[in-house]
Amino acid sequence: MKFPWLRVYSWLYLVFLFAPVFLLPLFAFNAGTVIAFPLQGFSLKWFAALLDNESLHEAVRNSLTIAITVSVVSTTLGIFAARAATRYDFRGKGPMIGLIMLPLVMPEVILAVALLVVFLQIALPLGMLAIILGHILVCTPFCIAILNGAFLSLDKSLEEAAYDLGETRISTFRLIILPLVMPGIISSLLIAFIISLDEFIMAFFVGGTTVTLPIYIFSQLRFPAGLPVIMALGTILVCLSILLLSIAEYVRRRGVARTGAKDTGGFL
Amino acid sequence: MTAVPDAKPMIEIRDVHKYYGDYHALRGINAVINAGEFFSLLGPSGCGKTTLLRTIAGFEDISSGAILIDGKDMHEVPANRRPTNMVFQSYAIFPHLTVEQNVGFGLRKDPRSPAEKAKAVAEALAMVGLTGFGTRAAHALSGGQRQRVALARALILKPKVLLLDEPLSALDKKMRETMQEELIKLQRQVGITFILVTHDQEEALVMSDRIAVMFEGEIAQLDDPETLYRRPNSRRVAEFIGVMNFVPGKVLSETAGRIELDVQGLGRCQIAPAQAPAGGRATGEISVGFRPETLTILYEGQAASDRECMGTIAEVVYFGDMTYYDVKLDGVDRPVRLSMRNVPGRPVLDLGVRTRIAWSPGALVLFR
Amino acid sequence: MPDSAKGGRFTRSQAFSGYVMISPPFIYAVLMLGAPLLAVIILSFLTDGSGAERIIRQFTTANYVEALGDPLNRLLWMRSVFVSLMVTLATVILAFPIAYYISFVVRPEKKSLWLFLITIPFWTSYLIRVFLWKVILGYSGVVNSALLGLGLIDEPLQWINYNVGAVILTLAHAYAPFAILPIFVALEKIDRSLLEAGQDLGESKAMTFLRVTLPLAMPGVIGATLIVFIPTVGDYVTPQLVGGPEGRLIANMIQLQFLKLDNYPLGSAISVITMVIVGVISLLFLLANRRFLRGQR
Repeated sequence: MKFPWLRVYSWLYLVFLFAPVFLLPLFAFNAGTVIAFPLQGFSLKWFAALLDNESLHEAVRNSLTIAITVSVVSTTLGIFAARAATRYDFRGKGPMIGLIMLPLVMPEVILAVALLVVFLQIALPLGMLAIILGHILVCTPFCIAILNGAFLSLDKSLEEAAYDLGETRISTFRLIILPLVMPGIISSLLIAFIISLDEFIMAFFVGGTTVTLPIYIFSQLRFPAGLPVIMALGTILVCLSILLLSIAEYVRRRGVARTGAKDTGGFL
Repeated sequence: MTAVPDAKPMIEIRDVHKYYGDYHALRGINAVINAGEFFSLLGPSGCGKTTLLRTIAGFEDISSGAILIDGKDMHEVPANRRPTNMVFQSYAIFPHLTVEQNVGFGLRKDPRSPAEKAKAVAEALAMVGLTGFGTRAAHALSGGQRQRVALARALILKPKVLLLDEPLSALDKKMRETMQEELIKLQRQVGITFILVTHDQEEALVMSDRIAVMFEGEIAQLDDPETLYRRPNSRRVAEFIGVMNFVPGKVLSETAGRIELDVQGLGRCQIAPAQAPAGGRATGEISVGFRPETLTILYEGQAASDRECMGTIAEVVYFGDMTYYDVKLDGVDRPVRLSMRNVPGRPVLDLGVRTRIAWSPGALVLFR
Repeated sequence: MPDSAKGGRFTRSQAFSGYVMISPPFIYAVLMLGAPLLAVIILSFLTDGSGAERIIRQFTTANYVEALGDPLNRLLWMRSVFVSLMVTLATVILAFPIAYYISFVVRPEKKSLWLFLITIPFWTSYLIRVFLWKVILGYSGVVNSALLGLGLIDEPLQWINYNVGAVILTLAHAYAPFAILPIFVALEKIDRSLLEAGQDLGESKAMTFLRVTLPLAMPGVIGATLIVFIPTVGDYVTPQLVGGPEGRLIANMIQLQFLKLDNYPLGSAISVITMVIVGVISLLFLLANRRFLRGQR
């Protein structure tokens, strides 16, 4: 057999992708105060330090409030857009969808300064609401991308069949469309949540004095003494992300299995 | 099959037009479909047959005209309130529900008790031969089973009209033939009006009481299968349904009771006016059509027929029970196709063989 | 009743229903994206004030003159574009083989697991991930420790940290899934019988790849290129954290103008010029590759 170059390469690539993720717990459980090798022995003290850190707790509360709001609003907007994109034909559809999806391919710093300018102009106070508005802008295109897939696999004749069997448009949506796109909606909620929880640039520009988790982390990265605590925090965040992603993936696969469709894989 | 069981009109379609923007999809459709009739809309893709079905179902608005079901104008009656139910081409089985839930879907607002509804579902499943499948997941079904679920789901609501949009096109040949027979039986059993959309002429001929052949948004001919096959009213219909040979000819004279023709290679003959469906008097160049099975090869020793010609076998296509021959008739420019049933003692002829061929003026159709 | 005879026609005005559905997200995008971008453009032509009056409503092109005249800005633009191009090149070239591997080699039931694995690192805290690259590449970082430990070097390498190279590596890591997924999708769409046809017509495997697979995968490669190139131009966390003074990019200048120097008109002008540069490069790239996009939706 030939040497499997491609397979070896792919595994090396995975190592490259996961290198930072693997390092994180190493330093989080390391007793030493410097983030460097050699390691100094096992310790849980950095995790313990997370427990009584009031400014961190506030950042977590802020971030959770923002992320939950953003995931619900973005997914709702995404449902509208995905439904319009996959089911209706109308003049100007392409450009309209294009504008909505534009943040996906815009330098984020430019989105952030643009919002900052407008918020100052209309005297919207910088802070939680401003961050939420900004994050919705950033997250909605991702939600649409996910939901489009869910709505696209929905056979139009299913809706017609339900309508033909005596249901109204609204009860058709509730009985047929919603259950069938539910996996997509859950994926969309989770992914918007993760993106918002991790978003830094927008929050930094329009957040004013409001501290979110990434802003807190950013501020701590400058102080070497605080770094091990950040590693512990990061470890928890990674676990949380993997957990949420696994749920999203599980729900998606179950949806695929339940409807008997062919698994085409992938979130995006 | 040709007998229409009940002449009471169930659906009246009056001068229906449908535009999609500038595209004229239905161009003045007129038809009356009787109660209890198995009616087919037959035509090539894009002829408007599915559009017409969907306007009857209420999924598409009509631009002008009227559709009446059981005497009531359906204008402004939405699809969910029409006394019609549909079997979709893709079957549209709800993938997240079980077979039972699918079949009972339309009973949600039915005032009957849950036990009675369950009984109705069981009966509907029995009717389509799916007893015992009730708790199966819908996506685990085969194509034929999905088809049956779709039928049960529509019929359980006892619609006045069942609409079938190419219901057999997704099945393989064997399954399709089985389902054709089952659909005919089912329709006789429930006695309601079936309207079938299909592009398969054989399917339409097998199943229907009457067939509307559609081209480009118009009904070209509306007749029972036998008339449609024996007396197509245009070359286009003739070519769409089965195989028809065309030979040039001339009208020599035409009276109220007789048309006298001179057909290339076949010579002079007289036909009845009914064999010239387009009507109107015309003389001069015309074309004469005949089906492959109306020509017969006369084997050696077989008695002479009063109408005979000579031909040379140009192509042989063996089908098991039948053999198709392309025959170059003396005096005819293009070979014609004829079909012979293969019976013992009647050998398949070889290429190049010269043979006598019998024909009959009664089988000719004149196209002006 | 929502389905009264009057309003209940199922297909009643497709377009109307479409507009109703699209309007919430569209209006949001107009208010939160269209209007702000317009505001930035307008602002870039106004005059910077001082003290209480931040911005003087007076038309001027001075901001553009100043922005374009500053050699530091010009350096930063050039470096940003260079870095983004390098990042894009590295990311796409590194991503193609793995997308190919997943699409053509991995068994179908394992594909979604691979895609899942590839997306996981992307969803972990961006800041911490970037910081960890600093740890990996740093003076006493993982790479140097390992090389020292193995006796391959005598003193820590310095050229791997705090420079443009570190920025490129870190960004190539950050944008990996953005590059892999579009290429994977394009490869998945390729009808496998086309490849067999290619070989059947006497092409070698390598030639089949070059003449059939690669051209058909180009829409994915183009998508990957744009989706990596455009956002990287605006990244400023990575250069700030791992780039050192040599790694600063134009986004850092925009941030400086807005958040530190409070010169909004100048910052806006720099932003607008940056958008134009990004737009022009993307457009040129699309034009250069338009033959591959023909026949795509």
